[in-house]
Amino acid sequence: MLHRAVEEVSTGSDSDYSSSWISWFLSSKGNEYFCEVDEDFILDRFNLTGLNVEVSNYTQALDLITDQLDDDIQDELRGSLDVQARLLYGLIHARWIVTARGLTKMIEKYRRAEFGRCPRVLCQPQPLLPVGLTDIPYEKSVKLYCGRCEDLYSPKSSRHGSIDGAYFGTTFPHLLFLVYPTLIPPKVGTADSGAGSTSGTTTREGENRVRRRLREEMDPAIAEGGGENISTASVALKAERYKPRIYGFQLNEIAKLQRWQEAVRDRQVARLEELEERGS
Amino acid sequence: MNASEQAEFEEEEAISGTGEGDEIMEEAEEQEDGYTSSTPTSTLTWISWFCSLPGHEYFCEVTEDFIEDDFNLTGLNTLVPFWKEAMEMVLDVEPDEDTSKIPDVSIVESSAEMLYGLVHQRYILTRVGLAAMVDKYEAGVFGSCPRVYCLGTNVVPCGRSDMYGLDTVKLFCPNCNDIYVPPSSRYQGVDGAFFGTTFAHLFFQTYRELAPAPFWKAPPSSSMSNSPRLSTSSMTHSTPTFVNPNPHGGQKRAAGYVYVPRIYGFKVSERAKCGPRMQWLRLRPESPEELDMVDWRGRWIDDEDDDYDEDEEEEEDRQMEDFDPDANDDDDDDEEEEEEEEEKPVKPLSTGRQHADAPTGSARTTPTSNPSARPVITAISLPKMNTSIGDGKLRVIRQWSPAVGLAA
Repeated sequence: MLHRAVEEVSTGSDSDYSSSWISWFLSSKGNEYFCEVDEDFILDRFNLTGLNVEVSNYTQALDLITDQLDDDIQDELRGSLDVQARLLYGLIHARWIVTARGLTKMIEKYRRAEFGRCPRVLCQPQPLLPVGLTDIPYEKSVKLYCGRCEDLYSPKSSRHGSIDGAYFGTTFPHLLFLVYPTLIPPKVGTADSGAGSTSGTTTREGENRVRRRLREEMDPAIAEGGGENISTASVALKAERYKPRIYGFQLNEIAKLQRWQEAVRDRQVARLEELEERGS
Repeated sequence: MNASEQAEFEEEEAISGTGEGDEIMEEAEEQEDGYTSSTPTSTLTWISWFCSLPGHEYFCEVTEDFIEDDFNLTGLNTLVPFWKEAMEMVLDVEPDEDTSKIPDVSIVESSAEMLYGLVHQRYILTRVGLAAMVDKYEAGVFGSCPRVYCLGTNVVPCGRSDMYGLDTVKLFCPNCNDIYVPPSSRYQGVDGAFFGTTFAHLFFQTYRELAPAPFWKAPPSSSMSNSPRLSTSSMTHSTPTFVNPNPHGGQKRAAGYVYVPRIYGFKVSERAKCGPRMQWLRLRPESPEELDMVDWRGRWIDDEDDDYDEDEEEEEDRQMEDFDPDANDDDDDDEEEEEEEEEKPVKPLSTGRQHADAPTGSARTTPTSNPSARPVITAISLPKMNTSIGDGKLRVIRQWSPAVGLAA
């Protein structure tokens, strides 16, 4: 891939020459998780604060990304520059996807399930979102977050498994669901990627529990004004789980653990419902 | 395999008391069989050929004497069409002359596959079958759990039904006790009934040293090795020997980390709409005794208010451990309180940015930075401060109601 980049840039008259570095990068194999960062986001130096420390040859790497690199740069430098440009683009990408426009772009990809679907049988076919375990580059590869079971999975393909997690950051999927609570997947039923629109009936603050439950049952068809009124206090009760059995009988130790886990869950639900009632 | 098969046939012949000449005849026929059998190469039995097909990696080879024992096949002949022909194909027996009545060999092939699969389901529950599967397990043939914090625990194939044709094979992870779709699509054609619902669990009951224990305590340092390859036998651990007081339970140290979502480094509060709701699914108690605090109906045995709250506190600190221990070595109680405060700016900030027209949020989801709101929080998580709570609650109610009025 690296030498391809070099080739493309150096053999200028290619048909690919016209396309920008970013679109080349996005179309190359293994980079399916990335979305396109708006050029004006990159050109705004404020958004790049601090990245010059992380990336060596920062200025030239930036020029390469924005297709403003001088043609008279030696080929050897171009090779290493491409690596730096990828790093820089990845780090910009991590910042970009937590902006309003970046989130919108990632939601489109999420709706098309471009990050894959949850391997957990009872989550099928919930689309996933990329997430990093750290925001520091070169530490951990990218993982996939399932909004339904709220857990992390490794990408199936090794080409995605080798992408740096810092290019997506630890914040992204959680910020997405914070900003778009209507996109929080229901815990039960078939998950059509990314639920519905942001329109819907505006419900009032201070619903009682019965009405809230009712509303949840209609979820996610019902969205609300600004996402403030969805109750997620008791959604966990609906989540399905697998119960191991031998000849139809539950296993003592696992059943015990699962009862304990469910008791923890019930306690959280009680806690949240109490909070909600108090808040209403 | 062929050799042993032939030997068996010769034995049968001998028992049936045929003359010497006949036996020689039979042998000659057997030779021919070898060449005309349905297996692609004469050195392979149908069974080893079947198990070597792509997508059939999960199968182990069922011994022929298991298949030949009619008792093991009880009831299967009603399920499998072309039973006799399928049996002949699986056992590499030369079919009778009247094969012409079968319209298509491929039908027999699928019958043979079904027959073999259903026998396989029974075989892997036997001692020999389990032993064959444990070899494959330890060699990692079935792959590992896709869940990040199971740290590559090996999985076993598992069916969701014992009936043929309902669902494809799934993979069971003993660490998270959950089932997953095999990563490769080539297993989409393998029926779950060929492994059955029982095998995975009987397997870990039999090989308890491979089953992770139901409790887990965060290691004091990051030195603990969670590599499944090392811990397949917990006794070879470099860390102190792990013992589950329940001799019938899992004897392997579990991989117990539970993912904690963070926004800009701050844990997402459970009180946020998008806050964590599913951590219980992966959670383990710190000690085996805690399991007994829940009765058979799933209720806390000692559900006094004080205990309730104290538990709460402990759990919140312990289970939410992150992958890297450095991130959460803050003081527990302080951490909670600090985070409450620190989280506040995050929410209004982001909601404000995305929904400029929306109200900045109800008092419930976006707690104001009013310090008097804190007693509500502490009332839940810090029961020891009982004296101040009553007072705090009242004040809070008074101060929050105007906020609600404004929002409405």
